[in-house]
Amino acid sequence: MMGFKELIKLSLGAVFSYRLRSFLTALGITVGITAVVLLTSLGEGVHRFVLAEFTQFGTNLIGIAPGKTTTAGISGAIISNVRPMTLADAEALKRIPAVIASVPVVQGNAPVEFVGRSRRTYIFGVGPEAPSVWRFKVAKGRFLPDDDPRSPRALVVLGSKVQNELFGNRNPLGKRVRIGGERYRVVGVMESKGQMLGFDLDDAVYIPATRALSLFNRESLMEIDLLYAAGASAEEVSRRARSLLIARHGSEDFTITTQEQMLEVLGSVLNILTLAVGAVGGISLLVGGVGILTIMIIAVNERTGEIGLLRAIGAGRPQILALFIGEAVMLASVGGLAGLVIGTGGAWLLGVAVPALPTHTPWSYVVLAELLAAVIGLTAGVLPAVRAANLDPIEALRAE
Amino acid sequence: MIELQGIHRKFQVGNEAVHALQDVDLSVQPGGYLAVMGPSGSGKSTLLNIIGLLDRPNKGLYLLDEQDTTELNDRQQALVRRHKIGFVFQFFHLVPRLTAAENVELPLILAGFEADKREQRVQQALTALGIADRARHRPDQLSGGQRQRVAIARATIMRPGIILADEPTGNLDRSSGKEVIDILEHLNQQGMTLIMVTHDPELGGRAARRIQMLDGYIQSDTARKHEGI
Ligand SMILES: Nc1ncnc2c1ncn2[C@@H]1O[C@H](COP(=O)(O)OP(=O)(O)O)[C@@H](O)[C@H]1O
Ligand SMILES: [Mg+2]
Repeated sequence: MMGFKELIKLSLGAVFSYRLRSFLTALGITVGITAVVLLTSLGEGVHRFVLAEFTQFGTNLIGIAPGKTTTAGISGAIISNVRPMTLADAEALKRIPAVIASVPVVQGNAPVEFVGRSRRTYIFGVGPEAPSVWRFKVAKGRFLPDDDPRSPRALVVLGSKVQNELFGNRNPLGKRVRIGGERYRVVGVMESKGQMLGFDLDDAVYIPATRALSLFNRESLMEIDLLYAAGASAEEVSRRARSLLIARHGSEDFTITTQEQMLEVLGSVLNILTLAVGAVGGISLLVGGVGILTIMIIAVNERTGEIGLLRAIGAGRPQILALFIGEAVMLASVGGLAGLVIGTGGAWLLGVAVPALPTHTPWSYVVLAELLAAVIGLTAGVLPAVRAANLDPIEALRAE
Repeated sequence: MIELQGIHRKFQVGNEAVHALQDVDLSVQPGGYLAVMGPSGSGKSTLLNIIGLLDRPNKGLYLLDEQDTTELNDRQQALVRRHKIGFVFQFFHLVPRLTAAENVELPLILAGFEADKREQRVQQALTALGIADRARHRPDQLSGGQRQRVAIARATIMRPGIILADEPTGNLDRSSGKEVIDILEHLNQQGMTLIMVTHDPELGGRAARRIQMLDGYIQSDTARKHEGI
């Protein structure tokens, strides 16, 4: 039987002999594959970027928020019998064996003033363990000390941006700033963390949670973040946290989210995003496939004489089938290859030219895209090839 | 050995049945030289197609080398064509995008020969037919006579026992036609069975045996002097 190498050579020969026509047909696939590669590169880039943003706080985290999220939506604060989440809850959660640290969180917005200068910024009311849980580092001074959580001193740690805005080059340590009418002594400055999803992490200050509660006139914490030991099971820790809080609150009026779950949900949402943009590119691939189908039908009609001749010199139907399918696959593969080069090159260029647009082209996608092109060629080639193989050889020979 | 017994071939054209071959009996010994003559539409090409297993009769028996060919399936018929039969056509039927050498190589590729073996055989065949210097030319760069030689090289590259030539000089001027006939007759002298359709009585006269066809019947056969009108 005819060798594979010879089949490829014959198919390629036919493809290259109709230069303009093959070029235009392959172009359809090139455009499609370029679109698929470019779009999935973007999608994958965004995926990785977002995941990296979220895991910069660590992965062994569990967040607990007041209110119960049900499948029907957030019923939380609307239902009255939600007990406030307190500092005592945060303290109690520390007693779960695998829990390393527990951070109460209250968040709000208020102006921070220093001798005539004022800046409206995020105020985080937290516990002393916040840096270890969120993987923040202190650049100058120290973080909030381990005061009695019920009556902590009025101390504040500044985000790097706030420090720059209020103090410029001066040393802020030991200085007093005014937050919501109360005076706080600066004990530290955080290292710069940059932005996260458009949110400036450095434009914030950290004060003890109890003081933030009274500043914002709240009864309940907005969240408690737990850091658990690396090898421990997130499920086990959250199960214990749940029963502990139910015992304290009398009912499950809170929602526990593990970072694991969140990343999973986030990951699947982002995968769908990548898939969706890939599918948009896929539509243009489909159009390219129709182009191949059309040109192959034309080719079979034009080359009936050749088909008859091949039959006369001993080609069986399967060989005719293989030749024409081979041609369609070649058209698609050559077009696909060009698309891969343009697509990966384009994604790379885009990444260089617009650094804000994260792109990433996984090799598996590249291989898959080329396979997809070949499969499209195969599919588009089947119908014309079957027609060619079923031609009556004497009719085919008479056609010329 | 070709043996046709009671062969019928009919084509349905609309409501009308065209009887292209009727009650054809014919035996051709290995190494024979047979000229098939007759007016246009008398069934000459149909006869060749059936002998060459490109077409199947509606009725009758065709034994090729004692084997009943009507029992062969599509694939087996293709194999017989590939190994035992070489076709030469009036319109050459060369693949226009392939060079002379590549056209000649086609049957070897279909048969799965190795590359070096193919090259060697093609070179040999082109040389034998005096067109070695045209190996890299495409058909549109060749004269009619050269094209037909390429076609003959292709028809004989598998060293078949039978050459079926359907008006091989029909598209050639006299002198290149004469050269092509010389080549075919030379192959016949080397032992290949040659069956050639021709309109030209002079060419037909050179064959050891002639049959005359009319309306699908064999009207006369020089091997059976006492038959016919
Ligand atoms: N594939 C076909 N379909 C319909 N009619 C055909 C076909 N092939 C041959 N014929 C008819 O059969 C008759 C014999 O044809 P053919 O063998 O080609 O004659 P010749 O070669 O002697 O000119 C003609 O009437 C022709 O029209
Ligand atoms: Mg004819």
